[in-house]
Amino acid sequence: MSSLYLQGLRQGAPFLLVTVPFGMLFGVVATEAGLNIAEVMGFSLLVIAGAAQFTAVQLLSENAPVIIVLASALAVNLRMALYSASIAPHLGPLPVWQKAICAYFLVDQTYAVSVARFEKDPALPLRERFAFHLGAASLICLCWYPATWTGAVLGARIPPEMALDFALPITFLALVAPALTSLAHVVAAFTATVLALAFVGLPFSLGTIFAAGCAMLVGARVELWQTRRREAAR
Amino acid sequence: MIDISPVTLWGLIVLLGIGTFLIRYSFLGLIGDRELPEWLLRHLRYTSVAVFPALIAPLVVWPAATGGEAEPARISAAVVTLAVGVLSRNVLLSIICGIATLYGMLALLG
Repeated sequence: MSSLYLQGLRQGAPFLLVTVPFGMLFGVVATEAGLNIAEVMGFSLLVIAGAAQFTAVQLLSENAPVIIVLASALAVNLRMALYSASIAPHLGPLPVWQKAICAYFLVDQTYAVSVARFEKDPALPLRERFAFHLGAASLICLCWYPATWTGAVLGARIPPEMALDFALPITFLALVAPALTSLAHVVAAFTATVLALAFVGLPFSLGTIFAAGCAMLVGARVELWQTRRREAAR
Repeated sequence: MIDISPVTLWGLIVLLGIGTFLIRYSFLGLIGDRELPEWLLRHLRYTSVAVFPALIAPLVVWPAATGGEAEPARISAAVVTLAVGVLSRNVLLSIICGIATLYGMLALLG
């Protein structure tokens, strides 16, 4: 076994503290919403994206139309296009089937671990980069399936006093908070919050998409405005 | 409760799987290491800070578990999670503090 594979395993390991409870929570929430175990596992195996899976289940239980559910869950995953673009210089020359494997396993945590490693050591041979990414994915992604399965099996036995409904907002808030790194990010998040609350009455959770779309435009405008101001001051 | 046919649900799961894979494969597979246009990158940068808050704001303010009534335990848990997350930039720590606040407040308000 390649030593880079083992390095990937080791550097991915701490993220299990986030992904295992998150996966279990998805199993619980999806089961409570009425999905059977096969459907829960279908989500985890085919989609393998926690936030998008939660989004889909949340909107499904609000009886949103399937097309809205699909659009919202894919919108949540759009950030992965950025990961894909950012990791392309490192893994782009791989054969197609290996790139497909890397893409399937390109989640928040594996991206973070891999890109940090590749940038630290630009001379790393292509084969070893692939081995490292697989190593990181092995723990982080392969534990996602048994975690959701365990949650789905336990699901019905968890009493309402546990307030599990609120684990989802808490997890998402915890994921967003560290990303609030600039004025533009803060303004975008604020816009999304205010508009989502203002348009909560819209049918089919259209308010969510509208609010998120406006917030992305606002964030980009603020960034542009700040850049221009900085350049003018120079 | 989710109320759609199993066929529709599986259709959704498969399409979501394909769509997600294509997003992840997009630049890695098709565009290689060519640069993205700057205006597109600029909007993509705000995807997560736009989508997540829009999704959770109504869940925080009008939670379904309380019949849609704003409730102090859940709101304080959300505030604590956000504050700890912003200050510590540590996902796990803010989840733990948020859950502790939620259970603490729920026990306190009984």
